[in-house]
Amino acid sequence: MRFKIEARPQPSARMAYLSPLIAVGLTLFTGLILSTLVGTNPLDAFYAFFIAPIDDWYGLGELGVKAAPLMLIAVGLAIGFRANIWNIGAEGQLAVGAICGGGLALWFYESSSVFLLPAMIVAGCIGGMLWSSIPAFLRTRFNTNEILVSLMLNYVAVLILSYLVHDPWRDPSGFNFPESRLFTDAASLPIILDGTRLHAGFIIALLVVALGWVFVRKSFVGYKMQVVGMADSAALYAGFRRKHMVWIGLLAGGGAAGIAGISEVAGPIGQLLPSVSPGYGYAAIIVAFVGRLHPVGILFASLLMSLLYLGGESAQMLLGLPSAVTGVFQGVLLFFLLAADLFINYRIRREPAVSPIVAATAADTEVTP
Amino acid sequence: MMTTNRMFLIAFTVSLLAACGQKDAAEPDASDAGDASRLKVGFVYVTPISDAGWTHQHDLGRLQMEDSLGDQVETKYIENVPEGAEAERVIRQFAADGFDLVFTTSFGYMNPTIKVAEMFPDTTFEHATGYKSAANVGTYVARFYEGRYLSGIVAGKMTKSNVAGYVAAFPIPEVLRGINAFTLGMRSVNPDAEVKVIWTNSWFDPGREREAADVLITQGADIVTHHTDSTAAVQAAEEKGVYAIGYHSDMSRYGETAHLTAVTHHWGDFYTRRAQEVLDGSWSSQNVWGGIKEGMIRLAPLNDAVPADVAALVAEKEAAIRSGDLHPFSGPISNQDGEELVAPGTTMSDEDLQKMEWYVEGVQGKLPR
Amino acid sequence: MNDVLVGIILATLGAGTPLVFAALGELITEKSGVLNLGVEGMMLVGAVCGFAVAADTGSLWLGVVTAMTAGAFMALLFGVLTLTFQANQVAAGLALTIFGVGLSAYIGLEYTSVALTGLQAVHIPLLSSMPLIGPTIFSLDPLMYLSFVLLAAISYFLYRSKAGLLLRAIGESPRSAHSIGYPVIRIRYLAVLFGGGMAGLGGAYLALVYTPLWVEGMTAGRGWISLALVVFATWRPARVILGAYLFGGVTILQLHVQGLGIDLPAQLLSSLPYIATIVVLVLISRDINTIRLNSPASIGKTFHPGA
Repeated sequence: MRFKIEARPQPSARMAYLSPLIAVGLTLFTGLILSTLVGTNPLDAFYAFFIAPIDDWYGLGELGVKAAPLMLIAVGLAIGFRANIWNIGAEGQLAVGAICGGGLALWFYESSSVFLLPAMIVAGCIGGMLWSSIPAFLRTRFNTNEILVSLMLNYVAVLILSYLVHDPWRDPSGFNFPESRLFTDAASLPIILDGTRLHAGFIIALLVVALGWVFVRKSFVGYKMQVVGMADSAALYAGFRRKHMVWIGLLAGGGAAGIAGISEVAGPIGQLLPSVSPGYGYAAIIVAFVGRLHPVGILFASLLMSLLYLGGESAQMLLGLPSAVTGVFQGVLLFFLLAADLFINYRIRREPAVSPIVAATAADTEVTP
Repeated sequence: MMTTNRMFLIAFTVSLLAACGQKDAAEPDASDAGDASRLKVGFVYVTPISDAGWTHQHDLGRLQMEDSLGDQVETKYIENVPEGAEAERVIRQFAADGFDLVFTTSFGYMNPTIKVAEMFPDTTFEHATGYKSAANVGTYVARFYEGRYLSGIVAGKMTKSNVAGYVAAFPIPEVLRGINAFTLGMRSVNPDAEVKVIWTNSWFDPGREREAADVLITQGADIVTHHTDSTAAVQAAEEKGVYAIGYHSDMSRYGETAHLTAVTHHWGDFYTRRAQEVLDGSWSSQNVWGGIKEGMIRLAPLNDAVPADVAALVAEKEAAIRSGDLHPFSGPISNQDGEELVAPGTTMSDEDLQKMEWYVEGVQGKLPR
Repeated sequence: MNDVLVGIILATLGAGTPLVFAALGELITEKSGVLNLGVEGMMLVGAVCGFAVAADTGSLWLGVVTAMTAGAFMALLFGVLTLTFQANQVAAGLALTIFGVGLSAYIGLEYTSVALTGLQAVHIPLLSSMPLIGPTIFSLDPLMYLSFVLLAAISYFLYRSKAGLLLRAIGESPRSAHSIGYPVIRIRYLAVLFGGGMAGLGGAYLALVYTPLWVEGMTAGRGWISLALVVFATWRPARVILGAYLFGGVTILQLHVQGLGIDLPAQLLSSLPYIATIVVLVLISRDINTIRLNSPASIGKTFHPGA
């Protein structure tokens, strides 16, 4: 008896919803085995990872604080990913967003205008877009691989931020330490849940998610981009301009990452630091895929990813598990998710020894998640 | 098609084994949490503890405190906590969990520590290397430069090429004080000596540190030292057959012939004293800046290659620093342009030291900005 | 002056060698039509496993072999996902990196900053005493020599052997190769495993020769640079090694410039290697025909044999 993978006549809608759940379930199961092997009571581990971090309002607030940048960036990236435009430079776009928005806050340090904060957010968005327009321009003009360019620019952006806070934007009364001045209240995102750090950036993130949903579901451009992602040839046939897609995909990701950047520095951080993100730009890529590149899925995925982070900290605190465990866990989750995707377009059948002829519907398909 | 399920099972099992082959390094520290009579002490670390380096020395201090106070204290740490928005949550978590005393051991934790301290006035905080304090927040840092000065004397006596190489992370006052003190120490016994500096822009990038050390050696340095977190520079020196001076920890294991000495940090006495004071109710907020006299800074045992007269000289200068007769930053001190910034007979104030942002005469190259 | 030159050349070779290994491996993987973005993760796991075994057994060579095995094992995970489970290659590669970063940190907990004496340079008698050439060509460490041998072997394999022709054919059109009866998936597995082994070797070079020590995240982006190098080299092995030394050279030179004390922000100098990479990528890909001629046509696309 052998197992065979065969193409489904059409992608299974049921599996599209089930596969993330299966992946999460399998990850939990792996965690259970892992914790048993390491000698931790699985129930304790489960409690430490998934319950303890959010058993009070503050914890729930933190869930939102961490999920906000993740969902923002992931929604933006997903728009590009759907059209096979691989922007993995969100970390740098986030940093440039923080630089542009934060620079505004420092420039108008004396200002208490109500327009300051919105202007900062717009500046952050534009900053992120500017940074992502570099790979977009190079891709459309010189055919340069956007994966590598956007990635290299991550390093450059973080170095620029480092330069700025080490020298020109240093806090004048900060003993020459590499930090900017703390932003004034007028330049800080207000807290929306008393006693927590949940800030207005979370609402912005939700708005962007909604916007992303409208774009994907209701707009013609969103539809076109999906078609481009499905098959280049079909898109060419329909006369879609590939270059437009590249620009839209990269600008959407860059703009969203830029907003995330300014939301971080105007929110929980409150100033410019040499490092403004603990790798949100990379984690958001996982979130985008776990969320099946769909805004609603991304909303849930970002909360899950945020919980995994918080759980990692709490497991360190309660169980003394090393911080590296979180990374292993995230990787495992993503593996399962990607593997489970198979069942959307394919199914596994037990077959007798003779192999039947399967309609070659799957010829050279590019499996778009 | 191959038998997919079996392949996957094997791969998965092996990956589990790989993940579990290692026994957990960070065992939970306290067996029975919640014993009200004990003082609960939390530590926030910026990197993993590892085997040498900044965090390692803090953890040695924690263990020493546990040893000397025994049943009276219970400690817990969280490692690898990024500076910025993440830190506030971790610090707050300690406070919310009823910890009485929390040590935050990196500069970037300053503003988060102050914020959390406002919310938890009954919890005591100690922040390392910062400049902001409060009624329940003390600060502490060591006079690393005293050790640097002494190690400079060793270097000045041992160098043949009269060039020392300095691998440094970021141009912040603490690092500049170290470079300047080292240079002053070196030139106090060898007026021709010069110091070359290379910045790695990272506290922790062994590959880059190694490259920087190699380059310095190529450019004629026959002694290298570093203000970065790995042991790569010492190892590079060992391999190239030149001398090295370690930092943070005694790194003689990494370079038996190269390692002349190291400037080592010792936090144990301080941690024990402050915890005892909290136990006694006598704690008050202080800005502690301890050096050789307080036992916070020491030189690691000198290498056998160091002649007895040099060892005697170092011992003499060490005694002078301890007694207060010698201050490394006593005039006359000139900057690179030969301009005398500290007049003969005067000594730089602590505040000026904290803000230091210039090179003394003898350091080659311009301070990067 | 001569010493400085020798120093620069040696440092450049050292900085370039881990990239040579990883990029040559990825080149073979990509030639078969598979894009594995997980090089960084494979390098890290290779580095930590190689270091752990070398530290425990005292045998550096056992460490090197372990590193290659570990890298290949990581690649196997990727292969299962993308070749058997038909997952998206970009996503699976990114996942592999994230997983590798975490897994290596976890495995390496007890080995962080353990002391180890790295592989020593081999001084070839007589030849190594020649001026300039001696110290730069005839007294290198054994893995560097291995990288030269591998370059020659891979060039021969790709362009002179039947197996290499088959590999390239599969990268061009898996559908036709399949229809003639070649086992596309199996050969792609082999190519992916080879890429993983080479990435592991690159990691081993970092952990066992270059630094030599293990610390979390010690590859510091070198896996990504290797990916860029493959495009830079327009999928040609000899150019890979050239690109790797070029990148290594820029890295070393910016440090030299700092050591000489030039008045430029250190951050600007540190970003030079990345900016240089982008510029070179642009120059290479500007001519769309070069890319189209040399890049495997089916790269990144999932192939399902249909039966």
